Amino acid sequence: MVAASDLVVRRGGQTVLDHLTFTVAPGQVAGLLGPSGCGKTTLMRTLVGVQAITAGEVTVLGLPAGHPRLRARVGYATQDPAVYSDLTLRENLRYFGTVLGLPGRRLPEVIARTVAELDLTGLEDRVVGTFSGGQLARAGLAVALLGSPDLLVLDEPTVGLDPVLRQDLWQMFHRLAGSGATLLVSSHVMDEAARCDYLLFMRDGRFLAEAAPAQILLRTGTADLEAAFLRLAAQREVAAR
Amino acid sequence: MSGHVLAGGTAAGGTLISGRLTQATARRVLAQLRHDPRTVVMLLAVPSVLMILLRYVLNDPLALDRFAPVYIGVFPFVSMFIVTAITTQRERARGTLERLMAMPLGKLDLLAGYAIAFGLIACVQVTVVLVISLTWLGVTLPGSAAPMAVVAVLDAILGMSLGLFFSAFARTEFQAVQFMPAFVLPQVLLCGLVVSRGQMTAVLRWLSDVLPLSYAVDAMQRISASSSWTAAITADVAVILAFTAAALAGGAVTLRRHTR
Repeated sequence: MVAASDLVVRRGGQTVLDHLTFTVAPGQVAGLLGPSGCGKTTLMRTLVGVQAITAGEVTVLGLPAGHPRLRARVGYATQDPAVYSDLTLRENLRYFGTVLGLPGRRLPEVIARTVAELDLTGLEDRVVGTFSGGQLARAGLAVALLGSPDLLVLDEPTVGLDPVLRQDLWQMFHRLAGSGATLLVSSHVMDEAARCDYLLFMRDGRFLAEAAPAQILLRTGTADLEAAFLRLAAQREVAAR
Repeated sequence: MSGHVLAGGTAAGGTLISGRLTQATARRVLAQLRHDPRTVVMLLAVPSVLMILLRYVLNDPLALDRFAPVYIGVFPFVSMFIVTAITTQRERARGTLERLMAMPLGKLDLLAGYAIAFGLIACVQVTVVLVISLTWLGVTLPGSAAPMAVVAVLDAILGMSLGLFFSAFARTEFQAVQFMPAFVLPQVLLCGLVVSRGQMTAVLRWLSDVLPLSYAVDAMQRISASSSWTAAITADVAVILAFTAAALAGGAVTLRRHTR
């Protein structure tokens, strides 16, 4: 589904991604966990194809990342929701839906479903600029979901959301994965790690671990994933010395 | 998530142009303007208000007949430059451009969509200022008003293309606004509006010759001096179109699918 080997990205003389090798299997919710500034966003931008690769290889759905044929099959939600703040939610979704190639007659139905899924019903005709932070984040997610993509790349989608909504969103992520989509969800909050099928622990542009949560706990001998992350980070530092 | 709907109309290669996506983009830009009625009112009213002002400042029908056509060519150019520079700078800064570039939208779809939306606004803008000038203000033309309308709209589209291109060099909206005094005002000074181009020193004349607005003003002056379309007007229009095409091509280059 998603595979990278020896992926390196340098920006402005700095190595942001340092020889990353990993695979994410289809139908999974993979979590990309790590502190802010560790390279999560750069990695996600690489998978979507908007960030050029310095060295190595990344394939998405069997094609090199950024391939034109992937543009309608990969959904991407940035941390700062990239929507038109001077348009209504419906106008935003109609435009992005058309760009994604959804036929006009199916558009109203797809928009209604997406809006309902993200609990935005009733806000369709409000200008997005008047939305609260949480509503805005979900508007950005709605655009990513519109085209029923095979791969969903979501950059910190649950930041600042109320816990009930956060739980609903994670349930939706698993529902989407259950119907065959693959999701890569980033977060810097460790309590979200346990909700993922697979984890990529990241720090300073490198992976500390790539495995299922249970396996990480077993391997580190810790009781929770936060402790596991700390232990792995400490081990890495000892090894570096 | 099964059942993908990837019906026709996706210019996935980025080199093609799709009527459907171009139209959708034009509609989207117009919808953005519709939610900002104050901007629309200013776009449509400011050129006319300035023209009325010009009428009373000059207070001389002969001078007005000479200057009015030139102003009709310059106003739409300037306002479209600013509006487009800021709209596209915003699109770059807020991530919507990156989102579109990651989607199956061709660069030409985006550029043509912008051109159609702002071209339509320019048509209305030019119509309003022409009607007011020719009726209320009593501007007289030797021939029909059609050539003037056509060239004024082309000037507006030229301003739009340049605004789109220059927006790539603005990191903030403040910088985009500053492009107006930085790139537009020198052209206004050198285009023959303030001092006729024939009276300029060699260096200034040379500068004037390579700036697009000079040809817009030339064309307007020729139209207001002749009762019919001439070969010289065609030549000016050709230069305006060439500058527009070059600016749009430059704009397409600045629309990047990915960053380094």
